[in-house]
Amino acid sequence: MKLKSIKLSSELLKEKHKDLPGRIAIMIISALSVLILAALSSVLIKIFIEGASVINLNFLSETPRNSMTEGGIGPAIIGTLSVSFIMIIFAVPMGIFSAIYIHEYAREKWYSRILKLSVNNLAGVPSIVFGLFGLGFFVLIVGKFLDEIMDTGLLFGQPVMLWASATLAVLVLPTIILTTIEALAAVPDHQRYASYGLGATKWQTIRDVIFPQARPGILTGVILAISRAAGETAPVLFLGCAFFLPELPLVYFDFGFFEIPMINPASQFMYLSYHIFILTTQSANPTLTQPIQYGTTTVLILLTVILNLTAILFRYKFRKTLREVRGA
Amino acid sequence: MEYESKNTFNEQLLKKRSTVLKIKEIMIKYFLRLNAFAASFFILLIFYFLLRESYEAFKVIGIERFFWQSNGSADASGKLFEWYPTSDNPRYSIIPLLAGSLLTAFPAVAISTIFGVIIGVFMSEVISNKFREILKPVIEMFAGIPTVVLGFFMLAVGAEIVRELFGPFTRLNAFLASVGLSFIVIPIIASLTEDALRSIPREVRMASYALGATRWQTISRIVLPAAVNGISAGIILGFGRAIGETMIVLMASGNAAIITIDIFSSVRTITATIAAEMGEVSQHSAHYFALFFIGVFLFSATFILNLIADIIFSRLKKRIRF
Amino acid sequence: MKEIKIQLKNLSVFFNYIQALNDVSLDFYSNKVTSIIGPSGCGKTSLLRTINRMNELIAGFLRKGSVFIDGIDIYDEKIDVVNLRKLVGMVFQTSNLFPKSIYENLIFAPKLHGISDKSDLNEIVERICTQTAIWDEVKDRLNENALNLSAGQQQRLCIARALAVEPNILLMDEPASALDPISTAKIEELIFDLKSRYTIVIVTHNMQQAARISDYTAFLYLGQLIEFGKTTKLFTNPANKQTEDYITGRFG
Repeated sequence: MKLKSIKLSSELLKEKHKDLPGRIAIMIISALSVLILAALSSVLIKIFIEGASVINLNFLSETPRNSMTEGGIGPAIIGTLSVSFIMIIFAVPMGIFSAIYIHEYAREKWYSRILKLSVNNLAGVPSIVFGLFGLGFFVLIVGKFLDEIMDTGLLFGQPVMLWASATLAVLVLPTIILTTIEALAAVPDHQRYASYGLGATKWQTIRDVIFPQARPGILTGVILAISRAAGETAPVLFLGCAFFLPELPLVYFDFGFFEIPMINPASQFMYLSYHIFILTTQSANPTLTQPIQYGTTTVLILLTVILNLTAILFRYKFRKTLREVRGA
Repeated sequence: MEYESKNTFNEQLLKKRSTVLKIKEIMIKYFLRLNAFAASFFILLIFYFLLRESYEAFKVIGIERFFWQSNGSADASGKLFEWYPTSDNPRYSIIPLLAGSLLTAFPAVAISTIFGVIIGVFMSEVISNKFREILKPVIEMFAGIPTVVLGFFMLAVGAEIVRELFGPFTRLNAFLASVGLSFIVIPIIASLTEDALRSIPREVRMASYALGATRWQTISRIVLPAAVNGISAGIILGFGRAIGETMIVLMASGNAAIITIDIFSSVRTITATIAAEMGEVSQHSAHYFALFFIGVFLFSATFILNLIADIIFSRLKKRIRF
Repeated sequence: MKEIKIQLKNLSVFFNYIQALNDVSLDFYSNKVTSIIGPSGCGKTSLLRTINRMNELIAGFLRKGSVFIDGIDIYDEKIDVVNLRKLVGMVFQTSNLFPKSIYENLIFAPKLHGISDKSDLNEIVERICTQTAIWDEVKDRLNENALNLSAGQQQRLCIARALAVEPNILLMDEPASALDPISTAKIEELIFDLKSRYTIVIVTHNMQQAARISDYTAFLYLGQLIEFGKTTKLFTNPANKQTEDYITGRFG
């Protein structure tokens, strides 16, 4: 008995276990991680450094000149914004409304489950496949049909901005539906019960209780989806992107005294990501256009980063609200 | 008095909501349902449309010719595995393109699995919560970089570095594309590894520590094996992303449609083929349908990969309670 | 003098074909507090939720038998369920205030039911806060986020919020189970004060609480009503052996 207790105390007093191999393993992991992250970041840093020397107000607003070796990328920026704008109109309301219906009205229904499953898997389908769909369905079927019934010759039956936007809308729709459902599902059910218990109707509950709480989460998903679509190249490759257009894709509505410019969805357009692709692979002299390539890439990255940062801010806000509501 | 108050309550209880409110409620419901149906319509339409076009493709070209051309002279089996859709004797074999896709995707996933898991372990097990809160969005932002940017970088900078390091014969090759792909696959695997590791309940770690295991023993023998399903789902998703990616391979792989296992040779992937040729084909020609066929092939492959990953994830969710 | 407010007649409730309540017939009297006690899973909450038809929100709910309020069958198709929930207020186990300001939480229901005049709304807020004895604590911080309040204050605010649309009946589902003893005492005091104006049905797993605050007590076990009677009688001289076992702590 005595002997045993002595043994225990001597065990306790044994020199601290060093676990040298374990420490080395953790050190190697840390070092490699830092190295990989540095490698990833160096890509962006290299592009930023080269691009920063090119970017100025003129670069952002001017049209390309002298077979792309001079001038700016104004039309490409406007094209990207226009395409994204039309895409948002198509996809965002439909996506959010669908998600509200699926999650708040038909949560347990069989078709909601099937829809959720297919939406989930569609979100991972390669973007080029959506491009195929866009060309085969929107341009060659819907566009041709529109031209026939409106007697517009060959206006919609060819690759134009409208179809690029529609295709990107179909591309982001699954993501928007999924993230909206997630945001709605994150709002705890006791909030719904509280509202129903006070005699609120379903729509009142959604409008005044559920949606305001889910909104920052929904915005996070929507902004990330937009950011993804704005950076996509593959699906729009054969949907109306142009190497160079002398005029902006605008139509002017004449009101006598003044004209209001509007996006013309039935025109071809220049596009930031396509511009990078075409400059690097198909311009007559890639070395001469290299500064512009870096500048355009920097602009595209900045656009993505700004959208991502906004999304992160909304996510932060969303989590804060949820913590409060759940903590109660 | 008592009687009267009871009466008013009765009346209140039997009161109806105004018809306007009721109609509004119903109209909103139908409006939302309409949106959901429209969205489902588009989603189902993609499935239907792709299936229909590939059915047409089978009718126009025949299923065999999508894999080989048998009337050519060629090799021992008398089969030609070639993609020459525009020649006088057009050949539509998907095999060289599939080989190209795999030759770029496999090395990319191999590189990314090693590096991605390392970063995942680093984020989940080594750094503090605060640092992770910052690092996680940064990693996700890497995954969201437009791929054309990486394609451009591979062309402008990467090609030169790879040539100096390995001295390949062609400037643009499968390996260069693989490196480009790993830039998008590493963040995916890293992020999902981190999720998988962190979903292991605290009690499991505590139990290991309580038995006298060190930190590294706990990570390597308890936590990592427990998270292996989640990590494999991440790798599957990463693989799906790699074979589905277009711009990086289009810009960096060199686009020669040959069958090879030489990683430094120029190859051509399924995605790059669609991207390069779809703009120029005439509608409903054999070439058009051939492109649809390889597109549907790609669609099915990624869909199945996603489905597998999805099943693994939903099983994990059921097993692990937070 | 004893006026029946709510009447359950042969009420059975199922969730996904699993029976939660079995043929319960029970009367609740006007302006009295009735406690429902019983071990967890005995159907207390299901019973409570049939009175404002909240069970209908849960998938797989099925009901047999009927519920009358003032002689009116509330499951009759003539009844507008939204209107019913306005007249039958409910307080939940954990406070579920909205992540809005205190003021917005309190005017949520009145606004939905068509009161938009600012001074009317202010009046309601002051009235219900005074009624629930929380006015002094919140009057200077009405625009603060309601979730900044302490747990006990939040729960009392939930009660206040439920009173804003002037219900006749107040259902309470273990309203003090997550609170400390002092906050619990305040809630109990409040229930006692509210009795004169409302018919109160309270579910509780705390037998001392039931004994302290209620006039009548119903004991449920495995979905069946075992015993119902005056609280004083049920706790001192239970008629049923099972009730006696439960209140003396021999099971449950």
